[in-house]
Amino acid sequence: MSLIDSVSLPRNFRLPGIDRLLPWIVPLAIIVLWQVASVAGLVPVRVLPAPSDVALAGWKLLLSGELGRNIWVSFWRASIGFLIGGGIGFAFGLANGLSQLSAKLTDTTLQMVRNVPHLALIPLVILWFGIDESAKLFLVALGVFFPIYLNTLHGIRTVDPQLIEMGRIYGMSDSELFRRVIFPGALPSIFVGIRFALGIMWLTLIVAETIAASSGLGYMAMQAREFMQIDVVVLSILIYALLGKLADSASRVLERATLAWHPGFQKN
Amino acid sequence: MQTALRTILPETELAIPANFAPHARVAREERPFQASGLPLSIRGLRKSFGDNEVLRGIDLHIPAGQFVAIVGKSGCGKSTLLRLIAGLEKIDAGSISFGADAQAADIRVMFQEPRLLPWARVLSNVEVGLGRDRASDSAQSRAEKALTEVGLVDKRDQWPSVLSGGQKQRVALARALVSRPRVLAFDEPLGALDALTRISMQRLLERVWRDQGFTAILVTHDVSEAVALADRVLVIEEGRIADDVMVNASRPRVRGSVELAALEGSILSHLLSADDRT
Repeated sequence: MSLIDSVSLPRNFRLPGIDRLLPWIVPLAIIVLWQVASVAGLVPVRVLPAPSDVALAGWKLLLSGELGRNIWVSFWRASIGFLIGGGIGFAFGLANGLSQLSAKLTDTTLQMVRNVPHLALIPLVILWFGIDESAKLFLVALGVFFPIYLNTLHGIRTVDPQLIEMGRIYGMSDSELFRRVIFPGALPSIFVGIRFALGIMWLTLIVAETIAASSGLGYMAMQAREFMQIDVVVLSILIYALLGKLADSASRVLERATLAWHPGFQKN
Repeated sequence: MQTALRTILPETELAIPANFAPHARVAREERPFQASGLPLSIRGLRKSFGDNEVLRGIDLHIPAGQFVAIVGKSGCGKSTLLRLIAGLEKIDAGSISFGADAQAADIRVMFQEPRLLPWARVLSNVEVGLGRDRASDSAQSRAEKALTEVGLVDKRDQWPSVLSGGQKQRVALARALVSRPRVLAFDEPLGALDALTRISMQRLLERVWRDQGFTAILVTHDVSEAVALADRVLVIEEGRIADDVMVNASRPRVRGSVELAALEGSILSHLLSADDRT
């Protein structure tokens, strides 16, 4: 009895919330090491400024309002581009998953376009749109389109045909069959697409902003490079990392809420 | 309601013969004019898949409320016959007719796999069985009642993934029963269950059939299951009915009784002798 108690003690002795802190230990440790290395003079400040300097630069930019404005502009571009590209990708995925005719008409074309790296279109896009907002939105939408299209299509095609037959036997109409059987069945795969797309969304946006923009995080980083403000450059990179993590967490929360039925999301 | 009716109508219940269920008691509540199972007539039924002729002329009459088991070796066409009866496949030639007043919701199928929606709770899975009535106000109470019949009402808010195989199959049974079908077709519904769960599921099937009086058609490869449950066993060989055996044992049946074992033996020897001939 006492043996069992002593064995099971460490399990029960967990601090509440320690599971949530666990993933942050490594990033925090890196920052601490980095600070120590900078202060000790192991890393030259012109190569990599200390975290405290980066934080200070961030604080200054925050006070001037520049940081908030640039983050907002980038966030806005990312969201609108994601909604447009994701929406179209989802629509094509649905159409091609549900209709043989639609798939025959468009799938081959889409697969050809997919194999063109969308960032290769930047010169063309600049010629078409200049460095206008629409250039960035176009590129983000194009990048986001394919993962969502492919995974929606895959999700719909792999819904268990036995469940579809069951739905038909029990008199479900086409719309009901879609709402109650096909869409929920495709949802796990759609979420995989969304998470891929979120990564591509940031990548595309930052590259586009670095090359052709007059505002946004990518523009801020390029401006700082012009003036040798290496702390601002590093700050921008760290903000990308945080924004990427934020987008991923948001999709996870959504996934947890909508896929509660899935054995992979059930807590024992 | 159910118990109230039971106390009012004790004589009628006793007067009904053993193989004709006191279904009126249950069915009367929701469907006053459709109290019993439907008769089923099949004439000259043929079905081919490509060059493979699976059914080669089936003629069969099943009276209302009868429990019929269809046995045969795999590939003999028994599942195809069931799918044709359930309207899941198109008929090549011949006809299948139920009574004149049959509707789509009167005929239900239960498969070897439970086919529950994993993203719907147990109760809403049962509500699926109501067909077009699933939007009505009484949908939930009817689904609860069907779950009570299969003894799973306490699982109503669970996801299907946490249920055992037998429990899933009972939910599937509740889903098939909730619309008070008049013909219930079973395609090896117990094939994937372990031996003990099978026996308790067989008892459950027999009980709901006796309660509700639907016409039951059970496809199975298990001859002892067929003789334990059915009024009549059809043996199908190479797309034709090779034997038609009445099982006259009284209900509830005693598993392993000499009478049933003898019957099982004769049907099995019939099936196996076909093996020797080929």
